[in-house]
Amino acid sequence: MLLHAHTATHPYPTLPYPHTSILLKMEYEAVIGLEVHTQLKTRSKIFCSCSTEFGAKPNHNTCPICQGMPGVLPILNKQVVEFGIRTALAMNCTIADYSLFARKNYFYPDLPKAYQISQYELPLAQHGWIEIQVDGISKKIGVTRIHMEEDAGKSIHDENITGSKNYSFIDFNRCGMPLLEIVSEPDMRSPEEAREYLLKLKGILEYLEVSDCNMEEGSLRCDANISVRPKGSTKLGTKTEVKNMNSFKNVQRALEYEMARQIQILEEGGRIVQETCLWDVDQGVTRPMRSKEEAHDYRYFPEPDLVPLVIDKEWIEQIRKSLPELADARTARFISQYGIPEYDARVLTASKFIADYYENTVKLYPNPKVVSNWVMGDILRKLKEHEEADIRTCPITPQHLAGMLKLIEEGTISGKIAKVVFEDMYATGKMPEEIVKEKGLIQISDEKEVAAVVDRIIAANPETVAQYKAGKQKAFGFFVGEVMKATQGKANPQLVNKLLKEKLST
Amino acid sequence: MKISIEQVEHVAKLARLHLSEEEKQEMSEKLSQILTYMDKLNELNTEGILPTSHVVEIKNVFREDKVEPSLPEDQALQNAPDRVNGYFRVPRVIE
Ligand SMILES: [Zn+2]
Repeated sequence: MLLHAHTATHPYPTLPYPHTSILLKMEYEAVIGLEVHTQLKTRSKIFCSCSTEFGAKPNHNTCPICQGMPGVLPILNKQVVEFGIRTALAMNCTIADYSLFARKNYFYPDLPKAYQISQYELPLAQHGWIEIQVDGISKKIGVTRIHMEEDAGKSIHDENITGSKNYSFIDFNRCGMPLLEIVSEPDMRSPEEAREYLLKLKGILEYLEVSDCNMEEGSLRCDANISVRPKGSTKLGTKTEVKNMNSFKNVQRALEYEMARQIQILEEGGRIVQETCLWDVDQGVTRPMRSKEEAHDYRYFPEPDLVPLVIDKEWIEQIRKSLPELADARTARFISQYGIPEYDARVLTASKFIADYYENTVKLYPNPKVVSNWVMGDILRKLKEHEEADIRTCPITPQHLAGMLKLIEEGTISGKIAKVVFEDMYATGKMPEEIVKEKGLIQISDEKEVAAVVDRIIAANPETVAQYKAGKQKAFGFFVGEVMKATQGKANPQLVNKLLKEKLST
Repeated sequence: MKISIEQVEHVAKLARLHLSEEEKQEMSEKLSQILTYMDKLNELNTEGILPTSHVVEIKNVFREDKVEPSLPEDQALQNAPDRVNGYFRVPRVIE
């Protein structure tokens, strides 16, 4: 908050990670810890009754409490505590029976009280872990602590909006939004592990239905601490902090860059400077921030306006019982219930919404492996093409997909035509039956009709027929291709094969 | 416990307070006195007693997660020294 961006960039690594290892004197590993802020999906703010709705007009969701007027009192939203406990339980934490709020003091225009209500010495929960899989190997990443806090307002510096270099605009709608801060142990050894941890964490929050986890809208934010050291060493190197990584892809990219930068400095005999950097998405580099003196002296002290939070075992047990099935349990169930491979089950259950989509499709078209192939293949590919698009808003719903799979099974369309139908469904949102009818894509399974085409193709290519009969097997593919071309791909492939074999062997 | 002039200057800077040399001297003396009194309190045996964070013995004061109307825009911005298009306008805060 009190930090300002330098214009200079860090020296660019000559060879970006992981190719650096080719020239290096030794092998390195990263030591990474992540600090994640997630906005909780409550209706109202953490300490007042203002709405948390996204995209409201500036300063329309504010009141004397979240504007920090003198004499007002914050009152804790019970739902925030319950969401916090849910999250802490799912991340295997010990929940504090006694915890306190604290004031974190600093001056910034989007922080009207000049302090942020957070937790410091006695946070909600500590000592948890999350299990990740990298290259098929499971690894536990420690969760140091989880605490509740309020968000600050939003500052806008964009000259296109402020109309001048001399001003910043302030919107307090975000001020007082409920956040959980989830701090990991420095247990990750590569940028890939950091990305996996973040994806797993997001998955858990989505399963728990406590956050929307939208990095672009800012409901999931991530900062990282990273240092490097020779592989096998147990001594920690000097770390830097990387901020402003606003997508999953960028977290990995930024950390890869920063890792390569640090390795290069060490290889050249230099020293890492402990500092905070900003990830510059456009340039693909980290830039050091100039920190004002004493910026980190927050002078925390207990918040006198909020009473202690005492959580008894009964409350915790009640919430534990209400926890939904999480990814790992769902993976196990998918394997036993649907008989799909573990790999499929893990991919499908990594996101609650993809797992829901899969199960809804299987209900309508009970062939789990076929559905798994389509969801993991074409559906996920389609979503990736559209930069982490959300399956919940995918134009191809389980009804669409199941309908199309039924058409294939019935022989109405071929697998090849299905790809055409699939693209059309994605583009238009129309049901598959409608597309097939409209475009005349129904498979030709009438033997007489296909035979007529086969005869015509054979008659038109006497030389190729002769070559085939002389033993050139490849020519068969040519005939199949010609028949499909002549029928715009609609001829039943099995029938085409059968008829060609018959007719070419006589 | 003695609070030095340097410590007074540090805390004053964090609190954005401008103190004259005289005031610094005065603050150094007064803060030292307060902390000396704290030393006296520290002589008490407080083993097994939780630090007091709140003077009244209350715990768990909650509100239900219910939305109430916020301030109308005019009132929300009533105290703004300067405003444009529903925003508070302040001197630019990044360079
Ligand atoms: Zn409010």
